[in-house]
Amino acid sequence: MSPIVRRKGEKFTIPSKVLLLILTIFCSAMMLLTFVTDLFEKPFNSIIGYVVIPFEKGIGSAGAWIHSRSEELGQIHKLIAENQALKEQVAKLTEENTLLQQDKYELNKLRQLYELDEQYEEYHKVGARILSRDSGNWYSAFLIDKGADDGLEKNMNVIAGGGLVGRISSVGPNWARVTAIISDNANVSAMTLATEDNLMVSGSLKAMNEGTILFSQLVDSKGVVKPGDKVVTSDISDKFLPGILVGYILSIEQDNNNLTKSGTLIPAVDFEHLSEVLVITDRKQTIEENP
Amino acid sequence: MLSFLIISIGVFLVFLCQTCILPGVMPLSVLPNLFIILTASNGFMREENSGLAVGFCCGLLYDIFFGEVIGFHALLYMYIGFLNGKFSRVFYPEDIKLPLALITVSDLTYSLICYVFQFLLWGRLDFSYYFLHVILPEMVVTLTATLVFYPLILLINEWLRKRERKKEQRFV
Repeated sequence: MSPIVRRKGEKFTIPSKVLLLILTIFCSAMMLLTFVTDLFEKPFNSIIGYVVIPFEKGIGSAGAWIHSRSEELGQIHKLIAENQALKEQVAKLTEENTLLQQDKYELNKLRQLYELDEQYEEYHKVGARILSRDSGNWYSAFLIDKGADDGLEKNMNVIAGGGLVGRISSVGPNWARVTAIISDNANVSAMTLATEDNLMVSGSLKAMNEGTILFSQLVDSKGVVKPGDKVVTSDISDKFLPGILVGYILSIEQDNNNLTKSGTLIPAVDFEHLSEVLVITDRKQTIEENP
Repeated sequence: MLSFLIISIGVFLVFLCQTCILPGVMPLSVLPNLFIILTASNGFMREENSGLAVGFCCGLLYDIFFGEVIGFHALLYMYIGFLNGKFSRVFYPEDIKLPLALITVSDLTYSLICYVFQFLLWGRLDFSYYFLHVILPEMVVTLTATLVFYPLILLINEWLRKRERKKEQRFV
């Protein structure tokens, strides 16, 4: 039943078993090669990037337009009521703001005294729009519309709304893949802000469905870390810049070994409703080189 | 040549649909696997060669954008397309039961293999959780998506078949 016999008019066709064998060898070789090196990533990423990404950008902007129009229609009534409430809030906040302004002057003065860096503001950031999401149901990754042409590189950190989203795990000329910290294959070395205890934050598919991330290996012998504490990326991480907010501790449990603790975090970023992210173009290495 | 062109455009559209349009349109946590639908239906409609080629292209596209290594999904989809091609001898366009069964089984196999290689080997042993929360929902959603997309694929395939037959007659 080989396809060669079936049709007379057709040209020469390769028997499917041979084709299968060739492609199997090709795939296995590629798997091995890409696992060991990222030599082939670049040509593949560029070729496909130039073909697919323009379409994705088009669909993305069309989708955003339709979405915003439908949102507008649905929300007019809500907006009127909200406007009223907000006006009252503005008055309250202006008052509060003046008070805070005074505090800020004081804070700035104190900072100068202590020569503290304003860490977050020091980082150079690039805004990017999310194009598409991982189509599989296992991992949590997405593509953004900036790539190597905009100066992005692998392992750059991605933030949104003040919290850590993930890091760039693959770069094409005009796109980049961001692996989220809630993804099952992601780990972040972090620390608690208050006590500077190191811990390991690891994404998990199970926890993701509940809107949390897991953490483990927290050495907290004094037992001072409590739910609600802020967790930020640690100084010892080799891929993440220090001091970026990861989330807040939700629950802590003692491990069976009685030395470390583990538990769950609530991420600072709302991963369900992300559409724009900021990529920090500073990298850990360059910071180490020029202190 | 025409069928090659149309199938390539199909793969491309399905990729866009899967990664770009579906996550925006459907507020579901689990998405249907359109690649499986396309690969499997190409397999049993147009025999092994077409099935494995389409599977390879779908998998490669996925690997380049979202895969940890290039080739894993390509290999997986390719074999799914090839094995579905084995059923092309018992496939009749009027019968929808066989395609539904094949696509469901293909999706189940795909998910199970993904689980084993990407989760089980990394020490995530709680199979029942992953089965109930990822594999089973994906299967059901894919089955539902098949009911929507399959008639369309069938229509395109019938049209291509007709053209091919006409061409053959012209040659003879």
